[in-house]
Amino acid sequence: MNRLSDENLRARRQLKLSRFVVYLILIFLSVLSLFSFYMLIVNASRSNADLQGGFRLLPSNYFFKNLKNAWTDASINVPRGMLNSFIIAASTAVLATYFSALTAYGIHAYDFKLKKLAFTFIMAVMVIPNQVSAVGFYQMCVKLGWTNNYLPLILPGIAAPIVFFYMKQYMESVLPMEIVDAARVDGSGEFRTFNTIILPMLKPALAVQLIFTFVESWNNYFMPALLLDKAEMKTVPLMIAQLRSADYSKFDMGKVYMFILLAILPVVVVYIFLSKSIIKGVTAGSVKG
Amino acid sequence: MNQLREKAPAKHKSISYAKWGYLFIAPFFITYAIFKLYPLFLTIYNSFFENYRSGLKQVGPNFVGLANYIKLFTPDANGIIDIIKYTGNTVVLWLGGAIPQIVIALLLAIFFTSYRLNIKGQQFFKTVIYMPNLIMASAFSMLFYTLFSNVGPVNQLLMQMGIAEKPIDFFAIKITVRSLICLMNFLLWFGNTTILLMAGIMGIDQNMFEAANIDGATSTQTFFRVTLPLLTPILVYTVITALIGGLQMFDVPQVLTNGAGNPNRSSMTLIMFLNSYLKTSKNYGMAGAISVIIFIITGLLSMLVYRSLTKKD
Repeated sequence: MNRLSDENLRARRQLKLSRFVVYLILIFLSVLSLFSFYMLIVNASRSNADLQGGFRLLPSNYFFKNLKNAWTDASINVPRGMLNSFIIAASTAVLATYFSALTAYGIHAYDFKLKKLAFTFIMAVMVIPNQVSAVGFYQMCVKLGWTNNYLPLILPGIAAPIVFFYMKQYMESVLPMEIVDAARVDGSGEFRTFNTIILPMLKPALAVQLIFTFVESWNNYFMPALLLDKAEMKTVPLMIAQLRSADYSKFDMGKVYMFILLAILPVVVVYIFLSKSIIKGVTAGSVKG
Repeated sequence: MNQLREKAPAKHKSISYAKWGYLFIAPFFITYAIFKLYPLFLTIYNSFFENYRSGLKQVGPNFVGLANYIKLFTPDANGIIDIIKYTGNTVVLWLGGAIPQIVIALLLAIFFTSYRLNIKGQQFFKTVIYMPNLIMASAFSMLFYTLFSNVGPVNQLLMQMGIAEKPIDFFAIKITVRSLICLMNFLLWFGNTTILLMAGIMGIDQNMFEAANIDGATSTQTFFRVTLPLLTPILVYTVITALIGGLQMFDVPQVLTNGAGNPNRSSMTLIMFLNSYLKTSKNYGMAGAISVIIFIITGLLSMLVYRSLTKKD
């Protein structure tokens, strides 16, 4: 009896210890994930002179001055860049989400000869990186006079295999075909059924994909860097790269940190409010074990 | 009218909705053909031509057969055209980030799903570790550049603590540049992988764990004999998609090294190499040949993905 409770005690102590170690690891990784962003905020709140002076762990009071300086900078037009990025990212997100749902519905709800082939094709091209066709894409855009134009950055969003796959998975789990039949009996046209009955049923999936496609486009660097070279057309990542290639030593460092902060802030703000559904969305469509 | 009414019920059953299927998927396929497929063929076509700009002079396009490919694999005097080296760089930079990414993600996924440990504050930890995945990689890289630059806070701290006498030029040392790239890739992706693997573990039949528990298996035994074998398909999927993502590595090293891949091009990745031909000399031929090689590698890896996913069914 005594031995048993002894063992029990030991097991409990061991569990306590392993729990302690696990929390330690989790806290370490959280700090590692957040520390660079913390330093970013601290440094964005310090003046250039202060920043030259040395390392500090606590924020200062220069935040809004830096914000004003960065916002009104003559060579790097941040508000314009953010507006450009927003236009591209928002349009891409809407197109990618809507047309992926449409494509997924086309394959989910109808029977046709090439259905299986179409599905296999989309699954097969899902893994082809965009960069692989960049040479031809760029050449085509030059020929069409589509450089310094947002269309070639937005329109390809209509064909987004990963978003399609997510929508298809989602439909398989939530969309009963009886509803479609009922709508048909009521005389609703196929296209209207999709827009007014199906789309509202997909709301959670649409929201998650709007966020993901927006973020992806907002962060995109490779393609816009090829296609956009006019200053007033540039997106945020291009301005960041421009910052990197400029003569760095002459910069007001407080302003540089503020630029970086502004580049990532919109996404972080959205994430803070919607993190729960975003994290749920990571898994819902991506793994099929 | 009468006729129509008579016909309607009979016809109802045989109405074919097939055309709607084609109509609904048409925008995807038209867009894909114009913006992906045609450019892909154009890229492959270009790889057999000499076609570039030299100063103001345009050379080509002239058909040269496989000359671009031969050039890619023949080391040149300046050591700039060296696709094997850049493939090696890409693999090293990928492994350095992906190994800790997958090992730690697996560890965290097990912590989070363990009933015995019963970790509190999971939502908080998940939110924090996933966040970097959404951050603009180029801005994240720029941030690391400023933090580790000669006048940045890391050097300031090292000097204030008396560890270094003068600033360490982290970006002139191969091992520090590579380590920073690996660290960033790790931070950007390990939260995402954790969440994927967690979903995988939670998808395993709980009875398996209970049975193992009743049979007196230790947690190590449970992990290696139950969790890991059942998790293998998802793990393979994770590894291979990470590998395909790794092949595309661009933003982080490009911004960190300002496109040069310094020191001595030891952090130049395949896509950075491709980009260098597109940006300045508009060398469609060489860029095309590099693209085709990346395409072939991706194709081979995709076949692995496909196999790993369909094996189970």
